Amino acid sequence: MLDLKGRKGKWNISVLILLGILYLVIHCMAASRILLPYHIQVLGLVCINIILVVSLNLINGFLGQLAIGHAGFLAIGAYLSAALTVFYGFPFLLAILISGIAAGLVGILIGVPALRLTGDYLAIATLGFGEIIRVIILNIPAVGGPRGFSGIPRLTNFGLTYLLAIITVFVVKNFIDSAHGRAVVSIREDEIAADSLGVNTTYYKVAAFAIGAFFAGTAGALFSHYMQYISPAPSQIGFLRSIEILIMVVLGGLGSLTGSVITAFALTLLPELLRGFAEYRMVIYPILLILMMLFRPSGLMAGNELSFEFLEKLFKRKPKSNAKGVSPGGAN
Amino acid sequence: MVWYTILIQQIINGLALGSVYALIALGYTMVYGIIKLINFAHGEIYMLGAYFGFFALTIFNLPLIPAMLISMLLAAIIGMGIERIAYRPLRNAPRIAALITAIGASLLIQSVAQLTFGASFRPFPQVIPFQRIQVGPIFLTNRQLIMFGVAILLMVLLHLIVHYTKIGKAMRAVSMDKEAALLMGIDVDKVISFTFAVGSALAAAGGILVGMYYNRIDPYMGIMPGLKAFVAAVLGGIGVIPGAVLGGFLMGTAENLVVAFGSSTYRDAVAFAVLILVLLLRPSGLLGKRQNEKV
Repeated sequence: MLDLKGRKGKWNISVLILLGILYLVIHCMAASRILLPYHIQVLGLVCINIILVVSLNLINGFLGQLAIGHAGFLAIGAYLSAALTVFYGFPFLLAILISGIAAGLVGILIGVPALRLTGDYLAIATLGFGEIIRVIILNIPAVGGPRGFSGIPRLTNFGLTYLLAIITVFVVKNFIDSAHGRAVVSIREDEIAADSLGVNTTYYKVAAFAIGAFFAGTAGALFSHYMQYISPAPSQIGFLRSIEILIMVVLGGLGSLTGSVITAFALTLLPELLRGFAEYRMVIYPILLILMMLFRPSGLMAGNELSFEFLEKLFKRKPKSNAKGVSPGGAN
Repeated sequence: MVWYTILIQQIINGLALGSVYALIALGYTMVYGIIKLINFAHGEIYMLGAYFGFFALTIFNLPLIPAMLISMLLAAIIGMGIERIAYRPLRNAPRIAALITAIGASLLIQSVAQLTFGASFRPFPQVIPFQRIQVGPIFLTNRQLIMFGVAILLMVLLHLIVHYTKIGKAMRAVSMDKEAALLMGIDVDKVISFTFAVGSALAAAGGILVGMYYNRIDPYMGIMPGLKAFVAAVLGGIGVIPGAVLGGFLMGTAENLVVAFGSSTYRDAVAFAVLILVLLLRPSGLLGKRQNEKV
């Protein structure tokens, strides 16, 4: 999966080194009390949101299917992992893996029928599936029912969320750059044409959906063991959460991983930075969403990635040539 | 009570609630029929309608019918405004952009309502004293009768508008073929605006009826009925007006039966289960025509 040779390999290695340095910097800043435990706590949430946003971007941005039930997979991961560690004493890493696989399997189960639908119907059907998962959880007394699941041990730390966020971005990035990934993108560009060229569209749709669900499940596992409590409220695991993740994907740019990372970072930090802003958050987000759709429907990064080549092009650009000089989505 | 009286009782309760779902579903189905967009903000219009009615009844002390008319008028204006600002510029954009905008519009109205009206619920004024009517072993309330009656009256009015007026004819023409309608000299923008206005007015009426029925309104009241009404529209065949009515009544009844014979916590899951079954088994809905996909 992780290609370390050739041009792509160089990219992988250099980015990994940079991320390693970044981690060391954060670690040193935490050790020398420049970053307080509260800051690290927030950064952990940023990483969890990065996992959610990147995995949803795979489905919405690269596959081009508007699925809006992502919090359902988060819920499966959060509750299943908590049940495994609390009731059965599973080691946490194994619990994360199992939650991811379970969410992925549910993704396949849901994906096979739902992905026969397109556009609006798919959106509503996935929203429906997400809500059904939530209602089922509400009706399981063992995990707290409507009161929520409390008393979860705190097993997630910042390093783990950081590592899993990196793994998610790398797996999704390398998947997109592979032949399978090109098949997925071809479905977004023109499903009928892809079909007629021999791309097994159902297979790739379900595969991308399952990968997205898998990572959302792991994010859920991290989340419940980070907050030590998970509640079945719509803002936690319901459609409000799904839509919050969707907002991050869309603002960052459908089909741009860097965009996803940037918005996940910015939109998790903003409400924390501006306490008074928290109340107006849900007024400002939708306005941003509508304005973005009206004036820049491709999102912040418009399908581009912030890469070494993209930066080169950006700075070498002559004053006369306009934005068309940048090939969309191709830079990596 | 024996089981069949419970059954009949629940079907009656379901029909009363279903008539409101049908009112909301009509707005979804008309808008979808004309511009192929799920107007996610429709449930929020229903919520706003309830609040407008509430303020007209409490602050301005209006009687019920003028309050309802004013609320419907305001909702119609807001519905047209949303279409003009958020949806019209995106009419030729990819579907996903319009859909995301609709979600944004819905969230925006909800959050603004929460900030201006407060997040907690308000008791809806009791303009009509509660009465219980007994027919054999079955109980009815006067509110259920009013809800059902008003809904049916509005549906009949809508039927008359769509089938016997010039603008109704234009609506049908635009939903059949927008380009052809344009060539025949129909002002498509105006027809779409009118469709939003009518749909929003019906939703507002539904909001007031439900406010009276449950005695309470809150800024989130639009989410679930909005989704359920959408399911009702899909169940009946989206874009088909009689289908929305049928779907609404079926959804209301199904929901009440699940609550009566199953568990009330599964109440909201019913709608989505129905939706998924319909989409898998008969995506064109009960009264819809099957259409082949063109390349």
